[in-house]
Amino acid sequence: MTQTAQFNEAGAKAERSRFEEYLSLMVGGQTFGIPVLQVQDVLSHQTVAPVPLSPAEVSGSINLRGRIVTVIDMRVVLGLEPFSPDQCPKSVVVEYGDEACSLLVDEVGEVLELNVGECEPNPANLDSKWRELSNGLFRLETELLVVLDISQIVSAPEKTLDA
Amino acid sequence: MDDLLDEFIAETNESIELLDGELVRLEQNPDDPELISHIFRVLHTVKGTCGFLGLPRLAGLAHAGENVLGQFRDGAIPVTPEAMNPVLEALDKIRALVADLEQTGKEPAGDDSSLVERLNAVAKGGGSDNGNAGQDTQAAPEVEASAPQAEGNLFEQIGGLSSVDAAVELFYERVVDDERLRDFFADTDMDRLQGMQRAFLTLALGGPDEYDGRDLRSAHAGLVQKGLNDTHFDAVVEHLGDALKDLDVPDNLVGAIAGRIETVRGDVLGRDATPDATPEAEQPAAQEQPEAPAAKPKRSASNSIRVNVDVLESLMTVVSELVLTRNQLMQILRTQKDSDFNGPLQRLNQVTTELQESVMQTRMQPIGNAWSKLPRIVRDLAQELDKKIELVMKGAETELDRQVLDEIKDPLTHMVRNAADHGLETTDGRRASGKSETGIITLSARHEGGHIIVEVSDDGHGLSTDRIREKILANGLATHSELEGLTDQQIHQFIFKPGFSTAKSVTNVSGRGVGMDVVRSNIAKIGGTVELNSIAGRGTRFTIKIPLTLAIVSALIVECGGQRFALPQNSVIELVRVTKNSTYKMEGVKGTPVLRLRDRLLPLVTLKSLLEIDDERSDDETYVIVTQVGTYMFGIVVDRVFDTEEIVVKPVSRALRNIPIYSGNTILGDGSVIMILDPIGIANVTGESSATDDQSMDAIEEQSDASEQTSMLIFKAGKGAPKAVPLALVSRIEEIDVREIEDAGGQHSIQYRGRLMPLVTLSDTTIIRSEGKQPVLAFSDQGRSVGLLADDIVDIVESDVTVEMKGGQPGTIGTAIIEGRATDLIDTTFFLKQACDDWFGVQRDAGFGEKAAHQILLVDDSSFFRNLLTPILEAAGYTVTQAENGEIGLEACKTRGDFDIIVSDLEMPVMDGFGFVSELRRDPGFDKVPIVALSAHASPQDISRCEEAGFTSHVEKLNKDSLLKKLKECAKQTRDAA
Repeated sequence: MTQTAQFNEAGAKAERSRFEEYLSLMVGGQTFGIPVLQVQDVLSHQTVAPVPLSPAEVSGSINLRGRIVTVIDMRVVLGLEPFSPDQCPKSVVVEYGDEACSLLVDEVGEVLELNVGECEPNPANLDSKWRELSNGLFRLETELLVVLDISQIVSAPEKTLDA
Repeated sequence: MDDLLDEFIAETNESIELLDGELVRLEQNPDDPELISHIFRVLHTVKGTCGFLGLPRLAGLAHAGENVLGQFRDGAIPVTPEAMNPVLEALDKIRALVADLEQTGKEPAGDDSSLVERLNAVAKGGGSDNGNAGQDTQAAPEVEASAPQAEGNLFEQIGGLSSVDAAVELFYERVVDDERLRDFFADTDMDRLQGMQRAFLTLALGGPDEYDGRDLRSAHAGLVQKGLNDTHFDAVVEHLGDALKDLDVPDNLVGAIAGRIETVRGDVLGRDATPDATPEAEQPAAQEQPEAPAAKPKRSASNSIRVNVDVLESLMTVVSELVLTRNQLMQILRTQKDSDFNGPLQRLNQVTTELQESVMQTRMQPIGNAWSKLPRIVRDLAQELDKKIELVMKGAETELDRQVLDEIKDPLTHMVRNAADHGLETTDGRRASGKSETGIITLSARHEGGHIIVEVSDDGHGLSTDRIREKILANGLATHSELEGLTDQQIHQFIFKPGFSTAKSVTNVSGRGVGMDVVRSNIAKIGGTVELNSIAGRGTRFTIKIPLTLAIVSALIVECGGQRFALPQNSVIELVRVTKNSTYKMEGVKGTPVLRLRDRLLPLVTLKSLLEIDDERSDDETYVIVTQVGTYMFGIVVDRVFDTEEIVVKPVSRALRNIPIYSGNTILGDGSVIMILDPIGIANVTGESSATDDQSMDAIEEQSDASEQTSMLIFKAGKGAPKAVPLALVSRIEEIDVREIEDAGGQHSIQYRGRLMPLVTLSDTTIIRSEGKQPVLAFSDQGRSVGLLADDIVDIVESDVTVEMKGGQPGTIGTAIIEGRATDLIDTTFFLKQACDDWFGVQRDAGFGEKAAHQILLVDDSSFFRNLLTPILEAAGYTVTQAENGEIGLEACKTRGDFDIIVSDLEMPVMDGFGFVSELRRDPGFDKVPIVALSAHASPQDISRCEEAGFTSHVEKLNKDSLLKKLKECAKQTRDAA
């Protein structure tokens, strides 16, 4: 969890206050991170009520304790094949503005404490779609973690509709 | 202090809004003393509070305004628009100051002296001398001249209400400074107290009775408990005396007043010893200054409190959630019989419903709140435009949801402005067209179903079709060829198009870039519709239909492709179940599905294809939801229809907001999330660019198309071709049990609605079944019925009916092609005569008595109608001559000239009905002959056109009864004239 911190002791000590927690998740073999403060819930498989005519990213709506939450298929957002009905994706419910969205992901990992100062900018050759969604990336010990920009994800379906 | 200020701002805003309306009313009813005193009181309250809060500008303005009103009330100056203008201006200023105060918390710096001077000038202008009492509220107004007047009672002698007022203010300052009395005034509402004192004094001195405080003794019990004794009373009297002296009230009057007060001492102090104080003074007197604070504030405080709107909103949200949870619980309960939860849950259900209603109630406000500004606006407009306008408001107490109220405020204001500016003529214009000089704008509101209907109408010149047409062309909204063939009504609808304004010049009043399109879209936003109705020279009427509330709606739950959707109930007209064997069938026109529903063709939208849902299931049974948006009717095809449910509308998330066919989503009782369909969106998406205008045109077009056609009932009876009869001639279609058929008097008959109905067959080949049921077409007339036995009812179709072959067979008029098949047209009169010989005989006697048969000329291009009507008319005792069109009819008239009555169709080739009649009327031999017009649909326009052309009257085609009745009237007239 704190591998990165050890990785760069000097920086860590100097800027302790800039540590932030991220929830790691896997979509299509890639690890992503969402600031933990924006995560409201992690749910196991849910029955999603489809919404006809909705943009491809939206797989429907769910009833989360009396609140209607739009379900967004992260695979579609990332330009991958959508989840098929027989798969049981996990849901990460994120809060954005006064709305909540449930993001469908392959796996939910753990909460990592990462030093914001070590966040690196997107590589110049990153896929343009991903670049819009990414707020930079962290070098973890074994892999790279792409920090997701929730506002971009939430507005992705709108853009599709407009287009 | 901040709380106080907030309260003051809220209260003042309310008061001013109220005053706006009341002042305008006052201008119209200058003699209403109650109105004047009410306005005076409101203004006085504002003044008092301002003084208290240290807001000199506001206080000054209010005071100056109050002075003018005081003069109005005393009748010193007349209530005229000129006098009213500065008062209204002062109100506007106060409003602006309060708005500033609200923003900054401070009264803005500035100088109102010119306005105040004008107000004072008005007050003085009436010859009153206490108008210049000064802008400075806190300073004692000088009440010089009026005091010495020796006549009248004490009240008048000291100078009327303004003196009392001033005295109370002075008195009040003194009392508060007096240590002995301070306790009694702690925790009291100073302003109200002042009002009470003023009223009390007024009454005690013999002025008008305004006092509405508590009864003396009870009011003072509390004060006596607090230790009120003679010393205090003496102090009060003393202060009052001093205050009066300060105002230069002569000593003798002060003494007299003190005497009056003295009479109530016993009552105030709760002593029984002085029971017989002056009776008329006693009761009011008791409320002496000290009692007032206890009485009044408490009373009003317990009746209403101010609550922040946000609190109400969140309460509403929570209750909505509760309603949903309740629905869920009830759903579960339904699946579990005999549960222990049954009782408590039923109670929860009930309580929740009550709670919901109560919370909804808190959101309800009278629509009058949205109207309160309008009288003032209309008044100002009238002056500006130099028109005389009266605004009539009906149903202001009709309540609707606050949110809806807010949304319609602006559209309504705009429409009233429009009515005043464009709708009403100038005074000269009105005089020229023979109307009263004062134009009337009527606003009315009423509940109708789950809706509020608001109407804005004026009695002006109506919409100018020509100018609208010009404008349409100028703005390129449509081309010449498109406009041709549109009715006036259809052209009027263009005013709802974006960027449309008919005012010739852009006045200050309208032409602000906001058009009726904005009005309509604002109303549509809250699920409402606007309809327009304009009659040239008579006025224009807008009818707005809006839902009562937006938060919870009743919705029909439907299923389509295995998914459920909610459709707001208020747009659902009816449900039609369609199966392979049902009466109503879906058909396709070039792939476009339509439904024949009674007399109209309903365009259909298949939800499945609209939502792009793949579903393999066959459509053995589907439902059509007949939906209305504005005047456009269409059907939505769904797989199944469930119940209606009260649903809480939740907005859709941003991700889905751009899909036009959803208006929201909701959670059902079983916890599932479903989308709410938006009928307006669906209408728009399915090719109708905007539901309310284009569609209404389509609807109208459809109607006029249909007018050329006749609804025919197709049935099978006996051998040969299918038979047809105009649906309008059939009163009922019954299915009878053949066992009930009786043979009586050599005729088949059946007991039908308590009478014996003869049954006839079309020909000998019609088989009367030996068992089971058999359809019967019932024809009724004058309480009698005749049943025509049929083998099978086939269909009802809209069709052009052209008789191709004359009927050789008795009982048929001829043969026509209907729906591509040769069909025999039935002559109903033949069978009716057959069934009861005396039927028409009765009518004949009733019709003309001894007089020989009247000659009728029947002009109609359709041989079908001619053949249909002729036997009916002949049966009724007329002799009928037929003509195929106007020209032939004219010739017939010229050659014979002995027709007593002429019956003519309107639309005919060669020469139409209008041409025929205008031509005929020129002939002196025919200028008085009654001429009855026949047309398929009787719109007001048609009728007026008929009258212009010279028709005597107008009858709907195929309405046999009214035609015969009309002919009878005409015959009587001719006879009387002869």
